[in-house]
Order: sequence, then structure tokens, then C-alpha cells
Amino acid sequence: MIEIIREMFSAPILVRALIVGILVSLCAALLGVSLVLKRYAMIGDGLSHVGFGALAVATVANLAPIAVAIPVVILAAFLLLRLSSNSRIKGDSAIALISTGALAVGVMAVSMSKGANVDLNSYLFGSIISVSRGDVAVSVILALAVIFMFVFFYTKIFAITFDESFAKATGTNVSLYNMLIALLTAVTIVIGMRLMGSLLISSLIIFPALSSMRIFKSFKSVTICSAVISVATFIIGMIISYALDTPCGASIVCVNIAAFSVFSALRAIKK
Amino acid sequence: MALIKTENLTLSYENMTVIENLSFEIKSGDYVCIVGENGSGKSTLVKALLGLKKPESGTIELSDGLKQNEIGYLPQQTDAQRDFPASVFEVVISGCLNSRGVRPFYSAREKKTALDNIEMLGISELKNRSYRELSGGQQQRVLLARALCATKKLLLLDEPVTGLDPMVTSELYEIIERINKSGVTVVMVTHDMQSALKYASHTLCLTERESFFGTTEEFLQSDMSNFLKNGENGERSGEDD
Repeated sequence: MIEIIREMFSAPILVRALIVGILVSLCAALLGVSLVLKRYAMIGDGLSHVGFGALAVATVANLAPIAVAIPVVILAAFLLLRLSSNSRIKGDSAIALISTGALAVGVMAVSMSKGANVDLNSYLFGSIISVSRGDVAVSVILALAVIFMFVFFYTKIFAITFDESFAKATGTNVSLYNMLIALLTAVTIVIGMRLMGSLLISSLIIFPALSSMRIFKSFKSVTICSAVISVATFIIGMIISYALDTPCGASIVCVNIAAFSVFSALRAIKK
Repeated sequence: MALIKTENLTLSYENMTVIENLSFEIKSGDYVCIVGENGSGKSTLVKALLGLKKPESGTIELSDGLKQNEIGYLPQQTDAQRDFPASVFEVVISGCLNSRGVRPFYSAREKKTALDNIEMLGISELKNRSYRELSGGQQQRVLLARALCATKKLLLLDEPVTGLDPMVTSELYEIIERINKSGVTVVMVTHDMQSALKYASHTLCLTERESFFGTTEEFLQSDMSNFLKNGENGERSGEDD
């Protein structure tokens, strides 16, 4: 076991993947608590598909993938947020529309450029090889931004997550904070989807929050616990992925399934 | 002294005018019930009073030192809230948010305000419990305590007794009456006509055709109250309450 961990740290690619992954897991877990409680979890899923489309098109067109994907996904995040808060258009169908649409555009782009060096599989299911030095820098900045936001605006995030109408009535700029959360979610997804794959990245947002909600009863404990679960399951998943030579994204999600089962069982026992 | 004064207020909802030329005046210490049919613009009026909706025409004036963000609002509960993992204390203290500006953490004074309001509503023993484990009536008390953290002057309650059983409902009315007696002005939107007429000092009645504002006694003598009461009874005759 220790041998495996030592081996992992000797490969620069793996170290990069670990740094990016830990930071992204942390951000996803923090944002995830708010998104899940606000019933916005599917937005994360929709955004990852938009991210896939943007990355595929950018790669085929020979543009810097991250530089294209981040603004496109941020735009999509604002759009989905607006659609969800607008009761006249049903948010869930809008998400399905946008995510399948983006997926289709991405697949078309990839298949039309036979010459380009595009590995569809690694986009959909993730790979550690695709994590670049640039990703490390962006994820450090992102993580700092998310942690800063959570510490300094913690009380406001709680208020808008628990009750938007009350927060609005008492003078909190709800749409500003919603946009901030959407923006950070978008960046988290773009960075994380290289590692986790666009089909699996939303699990990082949803699983830790749901697992910790099985047991914990206050917002603070749920938030802290979900950050811990997220980082822990990521590290365990990476070790399993390395030891068994399985794809890292799927390994991490499987560890999350296990964590969720354990927490659900604990809740059942407590009752 | 007038706390809220509207003049010729016209409000619309999704491009339909729901309230036209409404003028009324709420004084400090009043207990005002807003009653009326569905679609008569009660919720739109609440939004306007909270400053979340711009009037098409006319004015809403807050005076007596009441600031826009100092209205203690009790919104209708959403489904997402009912199973929200938060302690009672966390929920109540979030009502103090309006007075704190950009400072990130709650001060000792705000913590005390929250604890005082928790005690006032008789939920001290629930302080560390999780909101989602509470009964509907207990949840309403928690939200009421939060609303009191946000205000010292005006409570705005949006159908506070919806979904509560009769016993809990009358308890909640007694609490609201007590709060009103302690000097907080209460404005309550409700479907529960009988209690509205029992507790309120003033009644604002909205229908699609006309509106009435005056003391509850005046309202009882007006044609409108007969019309509404008959309407309510007619609707309810099929149900066994």
C-alpha cells in the first residue's frame, strides 16, 4: 500500500492529477452542498455536457481547449440559472435540451475531423494524462476563490440556500451570489471534467453532499463533512485506479457509491 | 404614525393588472389582515411591499424610520426547505443578516438577539435540533423567530397557517397576537377569514373588482364581507373541517 503511494508520487503526471483532483473535489463538494439543496444539481450535469461540446469543438478547431470551454460553460451556467428561476419555462427540460444538444455538437465535431488527435473516450470518461500544468494553476486559483467565498460569505450563502425569498426581502443581493456560485461551478466543472470525464464530473458535486446529508443535521457540519468526504474519496479512488489500472473517474465514483451506502446504512442504524 | 402608506398603487403580474389604484395606510401597532380570492393580487402586493416588485404607477412610502430591508418576512415554505439540514439556531440567526453589511461572521449581539427570539417563541429546547426533524408548527415558529431577528417594527406574514392543524394554528395566532401586543406591526396575508376577523384590527380585502381597507369592524358591516363570507361558506360546504 505505502509502496503504491510512493510510486504514485514519483510520477509528475500523477502528482499533477492529484493536486488538481484534490482541489477540484474540494470546490465541487462545497458548491455541491448549495446546489443540491437548492435543487440545482442537474445544472452541474448539464454544464458538464456543454463543457464536453466546447472542448471537442475547440480541439478540432485547434484552439486552446480550456480558454474556449471556460467562457462557454460560464455562459451556459448563467443561461440555465435564468431558465430555472423563470417559472414559465421548465428548468429540467431546458437542461436536457442544452446538455444533449451540446453533446451532439461535440460528437459531430470529433467525428468530422478524422485527422485530428482526439480521444473521445478520454473526454467522456476522463484521463489523468489530459491534466496540464495550466490546469494546475487554474485549479489553485479556483480553489482559493471558492474557499474565500465560503468563508467570507458563509452566512449569505446559507441564507440564499435556505430561503431565497427571505434573503431577497432582507436586502441580500441574491442574483449576485447565485451568479457567483454558477460561475465557480462552471470553472470547477471544466477543470474537473478532464480528470473525471464529462459524464462523471457531476458526481463530485452531488455524491459528497448527499452522503453527508444522510448523517449530519446542521448546514455547517454538512458542508465540512462533504468537503472531507469528497477529498477522501478522491484520494482513495486514485489509489485504487493506480493499483488496479482502472480509469480514475469511474474508480472515484465507485468509492463515492460505497461512501454513500455506508452513510445511508449508518443513518438507518441510528434511527 | 403611518408606517406604510400607499397611494393609487397599481401592480401587475405577468403583464396583467392585478391591483389598481389601491390606497391604504398602516399605522404602527396595527394588525392588518390581507384577505381576498386567489389571483386577487395578494402575493403581488406582498412583493411590492418588500420592494421586490416595482409598481406600475402610484407609490409605496415607508416611514417612521422603517427601512426596506427591515421588514420581518415570513414567506410560504418551499418543498426544498422542509428537509433542509440546518440547526434551528442557524436558521434563526440568518434573520440578522440584513443589519450586518459585509462583515463575514455574526457578532455576540446578533447571537443574543437570535437566542432572545428563540426564547420568546418557546423553542429554546429545539435550538440545536435539525430544522427538517421539526413538525410544521415548530418550523413556522422557527421562521417567525428568524423574521423577528430581521425587524423590530413590522412583520409581514404570507399565509402562516397553511397546512397546520387547528390546534397548532390557534397557538400560532396567539403567538402572533403576543408579538403584535409587544409593539410590532403585523401584516398577514391569509385565507383563514374567521381568524383574520377575530384578531386583526384592520382588514384589507382584495377582489378582482374592488378593494376595501378599513378597521375590521367597518369591514364586517360592509357588503364585501357578506359577499366573501358567503363565498367562503359556499366553497367549503362540501368539505368537513
